Amino acid sequence: MEEILKVEQISQTYQAENGELTALEEISFSVEKGEFVSIVGPSGCGKSTLLSIVAGMIRPTYGRVLLQGEPVEGISPHIGYMLQRDNLLEWRSIYQNAVLGLEIRNMLTRETAAYTESLLKAYGLWDFRDKYPSQLSGGMRQRAALIRTLAIKPEIFLLDEAFSALDYQTRLAVTDDVYHILKLEQKTILMVTHDISESISMSDRVIVLSRRPAHIARTMEIHFTDPDLTPLQRREQREFQEYFNTIWRELDVHV
Amino acid sequence: MFMYNQPAEKPVSKERAAYLQKQKRKKYVVRAVQISVVIVLIALWEILANVGVIDSFIMSQPSRMVKTLLNLSENGLLTHLGVTCMETLVGFLLGTALGVGLAVLLWWSDTLSRICEPFLVVLNALPKIALGPVFIVWVGAGMQAIIVMALAISLIVTVLEMLNGFLNTDEETIRMAQTFGANRRQEFTKIVMPSNLHTLFNSMKVNIGLSLVGVIAGEFLVSKAGLGYLIVYGGQVFKLDLVMTSVVILAIVAALLYQSVVIAERFVTRKMSHKN
Repeated sequence: MEEILKVEQISQTYQAENGELTALEEISFSVEKGEFVSIVGPSGCGKSTLLSIVAGMIRPTYGRVLLQGEPVEGISPHIGYMLQRDNLLEWRSIYQNAVLGLEIRNMLTRETAAYTESLLKAYGLWDFRDKYPSQLSGGMRQRAALIRTLAIKPEIFLLDEAFSALDYQTRLAVTDDVYHILKLEQKTILMVTHDISESISMSDRVIVLSRRPAHIARTMEIHFTDPDLTPLQRREQREFQEYFNTIWRELDVHV
Repeated sequence: MFMYNQPAEKPVSKERAAYLQKQKRKKYVVRAVQISVVIVLIALWEILANVGVIDSFIMSQPSRMVKTLLNLSENGLLTHLGVTCMETLVGFLLGTALGVGLAVLLWWSDTLSRICEPFLVVLNALPKIALGPVFIVWVGAGMQAIIVMALAISLIVTVLEMLNGFLNTDEETIRMAQTFGANRRQEFTKIVMPSNLHTLFNSMKVNIGLSLVGVIAGEFLVSKAGLGYLIVYGGQVFKLDLVMTSVVILAIVAALLYQSVVIAERFVTRKMSHKN
């Protein structure tokens, strides 16, 4: 398989007024095209920092990130980054929200607009294109946010604790929905989460980070007997619990 | 799962109808009492002045104020009113435009904003009227000084309020724009400014009042026309009818100016919001 993202020896040290803090220590991994990789780790271990570095929003102290062989410097146009909340702009209609990324990138042409429209049609938002975010349910809003990112045709999707602002039930449903859409669009995904179940239910591979300073404690391939299960169905499998226990032990959570 | 939350069109229940009725009645009662208070006060003033409890020479009285109003051509009330309104509008527009502009600069540069902070705090606390004589010396006695006065009173408040609004823009929304590679200008035009429209209108509501304060204060100090001038002049020659009439007109002008900002706000929010 083609290697799309390569993270090489990333270390990150923060300078603050009261001292120095090492967040990440020599993190290396790679992601192949079409793969779904999750990074789990205890809260505050620097997972989100790692994702920001991959996205080019933060420059690492050491190491580098290669996207399709090119070093990432600054925010790359080939990366789609989704945050915790949908962050739809209340004063823009759903269509205007969906093209926001294109607009900011100065990529809004007849072709890209048509592509966005086809996404809205494919994922059931076409009838709502002139509605405003406050008129949509949480799940619909999440879809609109996803289309906003899909519209810029990113090579790789970064999900930063995405959906964690939703309540649990909605989150389970949205996870299924988003997973389905991302698989249909054949996207490569790197997700950061503190939720072990979520990482097992969606990923092909889980990278477990240690506590700060974070290094890779373990990488686990996730295989289910049936490869076409949805995240919700995966949760019902026998293997699910085994994976959960292994990762749980690895995380070494203390209260 | 993914349903569109449209309010269902249900027939109005009896309880709801009763509730709506009650709310409506409450609204009418409040309005009726408000109007009665005004009428009673005016009537009381008129009657007490007529029977001599109130000295109408120093307190004036409604009927004499009406007479003053009808004498527009003689005492030039309209001209004075026009001058005051013009000065207020110029001061208000300048104050809002400059204030927002400066706030944008301060938002843009964190360093600049830190450098300016203590100066802004001092300027904000300083009673700007104290600078009146300085302005007169600087820009000359006349309309310029009055407009500068109005500007001085409204500018700093606008800068502080707008800057505060800009800085409190939701950070994750800005971050979302950054994930698409937004530059500082795009952050401002796409996210920060549209999410601060309410801040802008709030500050305009405060501003229109402050500009009027500045204009009247300026006219007290230096002018040959305007309601402020009329009030000072009337006081000096003991034409209390003129003073009182001017004050009432001033109150009406202040209310109208404020109301026009409210209407503008309603218009803009409706244009930009969710009712399609």
